Amino acid sequence: MSVPVRRRSVAIAGVAAAALLLAACGGSDSGSSASPSASNTDPACADYASYGSYPGTKVTVFTSILPPEQQKFEASWAQFEKCTGIDVVYEGSDQFEAQLPTRIQGGNAPDIAFIPQPGLLQKLVQQGGPVPAPQSVADNVDTFWTSAWKDYGTVDGTFYAAPLSANMKSFVWYSPAVFTDKGYTVPTTWDELFALSDQMVKDGIKPWCGGIESGGATGWLATDWIEQLVLRQQGGEVYDQWISHEVLFDSPQIKEAFTTLEGWMRNADYANAGFGDTKTIATTAFQDGGKPIIVGNKCGMYQQASFYANFWVNFKKDATIAEDGDVFAFYLPPINPDVSTPIVGGGEFVTAFADRPEVQAFQTYISSDTFATLKVKEGTWVSANNGVPLDAYSDPISALSAQYLTDDTATFRFDASDLMPAAVGAGSFWKAMTAFFAENKSVDETVKSIDAAWPAS
Amino acid sequence: MSVESSETAVALEKAAAKTAAPDHSGMSSALRRNLSSPWASAFVIILTVLWTIPTLGLLVTSLRPAEEANNSGWWTAFADPVFTLDNYQEVISGGDTIPGGILPYFINSFVISIPAAMIPLTLALMAAYALAWVPFRWSNAIFLLIFALQVVPLQMALLPLLQLFNLGWFGLPPLRDLVQAVPVLGDWIWPTGGTSFMPLWIAHTMFALPLAIFLLHNFVSQLPRDLFEAARVDGASHFLIFRKLVLPLSVPAIASFAIFQFLWVWNDLLVGLTFAGGTVDVAPITVYLSNIKGTYGASLHLITAGAFIAIVVPLIVFFSLQRFFVRGLLAGSVKG
Repeated sequence: MSVPVRRRSVAIAGVAAAALLLAACGGSDSGSSASPSASNTDPACADYASYGSYPGTKVTVFTSILPPEQQKFEASWAQFEKCTGIDVVYEGSDQFEAQLPTRIQGGNAPDIAFIPQPGLLQKLVQQGGPVPAPQSVADNVDTFWTSAWKDYGTVDGTFYAAPLSANMKSFVWYSPAVFTDKGYTVPTTWDELFALSDQMVKDGIKPWCGGIESGGATGWLATDWIEQLVLRQQGGEVYDQWISHEVLFDSPQIKEAFTTLEGWMRNADYANAGFGDTKTIATTAFQDGGKPIIVGNKCGMYQQASFYANFWVNFKKDATIAEDGDVFAFYLPPINPDVSTPIVGGGEFVTAFADRPEVQAFQTYISSDTFATLKVKEGTWVSANNGVPLDAYSDPISALSAQYLTDDTATFRFDASDLMPAAVGAGSFWKAMTAFFAENKSVDETVKSIDAAWPAS
Repeated sequence: MSVESSETAVALEKAAAKTAAPDHSGMSSALRRNLSSPWASAFVIILTVLWTIPTLGLLVTSLRPAEEANNSGWWTAFADPVFTLDNYQEVISGGDTIPGGILPYFINSFVISIPAAMIPLTLALMAAYALAWVPFRWSNAIFLLIFALQVVPLQMALLPLLQLFNLGWFGLPPLRDLVQAVPVLGDWIWPTGGTSFMPLWIAHTMFALPLAIFLLHNFVSQLPRDLFEAARVDGASHFLIFRKLVLPLSVPAIASFAIFQFLWVWNDLLVGLTFAGGTVDVAPITVYLSNIKGTYGASLHLITAGAFIAIVVPLIVFFSLQRFFVRGLLAGSVKG
């Protein structure tokens, strides 16, 4: 019987090996799709000739921006792909911030990442990974952006990343219908804003609503409120010193902002309209924060960024965003007359992790005015690229944002919490602001707890 | 047939009878009595209802129109019932958020989960047999070492594994290059700069092995010694013993581990995202679920519909294999 036994065992081993091999082969990537022939003879490609031709190449893009924005990006570089032969592979993930450092250190870096925090860019450069931007990108940025934007893409004097989109954060959302109905006018000074708030209280409307819950990032919206106030009260210089911790949180200038916020969003007469007491600010999702403005008109105003325009359809399917529509936004008025048009904004920076020619061609393309204009035409997206004509914006809120963001005289500053060390900007600052609302922590306690978490070096 | 082999057959029958008929004496019957009292039944029913409410909420939400689902609690649907299958249609055939729909991801999940359950199962069963029944030096120490590996958190191993795949350890060439060195097949299985299921299968296998070997070893080592001795006397090789004795007798343990591992891989997001990425050609269904909410969040109606489509498979797997599940887990976990 020994012979058949041996034969069988060999057969089993053979089958097992074959199964493993099959498993290894099955379902793997079926290979890159047929490379589009770079048809440079196509007249539509004339504008793209300068980027070169790289048929059969691939550029991977990793970002935190999910669909439906993905489709808009893909549409705006479709022609570029066709003309250069580069296949741009888009990957969006809400785990972006955690995944990117892992992939870089694991040797699996994407070619391009859209990094929403200059602070993260800095950290990545220190750890190694990002490659400096080519001259063609630097030239584009010099031509199309104000210098503040270029500085945020620069680490230790080396320019790495061109700006992509821009968020205008200094907006207050409101319902034009209610304003017309009650005879309110859009305030243009800080005093007018609070005179209006008091008027609303008299009329039985709670003026302010808000929500800062955002999963693991709960509190970020409240840090934006502090940033608005610091920039408005103290100006750009103190704001920059605050970011580098030369001005502590526990300093009279910054505490002034906290005290103002206490009388504004933590004021039981003012907030939290439509949700409950001011503690509910900490537990209401930021996505829902503006809901009472449009649903039941229970709330007067919500301080939120331009991108909040995308949320209104969640509450009302056909919500129109215009000066005479269901909702619109006005510019959060300045406080200190010495600070001209203070604007807090945000945006992504296009960082490359490879210097292959097709990657650089793509980088150059998305820092151009051609791309920005095409992308703007896809809707609900703003670029601070001044090569984009204002009439390219199809929606009034984006046009209004662009008007402020490309203003050379404005005091533009990037979202401070995105520039502070992560332990603070994505840690203690968020947590302290959440406690400020949830537990009614005093201003002193709040600022001290944030300072205490500032990294030593 | 020789005399020895009929002895093996007798021993096998005895052993089969032993495993098939667990004794109901002592603790288990006491447990049975207690659990069938009306109070206990009522308690279990209440618990089950409470436990099911969130799932019911998901189901109701998945059937409501977008505006209602995002603006009011699911329980209000009973007062003002408006139900639609649009959400399921959008998830299956694609919509504004993800035009391709859920199906490519659904298929990816199968392509990931089945090998990622079968490979560790095959390896672990062989290892379990070797560690339990092939006498060799240090076999206990090796088993202990493998067992100890369970304490290594998965998250800690992500980075080193990625480096092994893409950069190589200690100056050795990366695993990807080794795979690519295989003529013709290599570059197809794991293309440079491309996406592949390969790293995902390897990673899931690595993460599964310690528990799999532990569980299966405990089961396999409890099989009656007489059987193996009888088989040895008959001149059976290890491979024959493995195939004719261990494999058929371990079906409960195999099934329970297969369910365990399949469900784990099916529900995994972290490993999938780290090793395969989130592009539609390789990403599992969990990536779809985390992306369908979109950049602006708050697409409750789509997430819930997607989630219900995603759990259909685990439910089928679980219900079709569940009778092995309880038996198998107990068999592997309780020693002596």
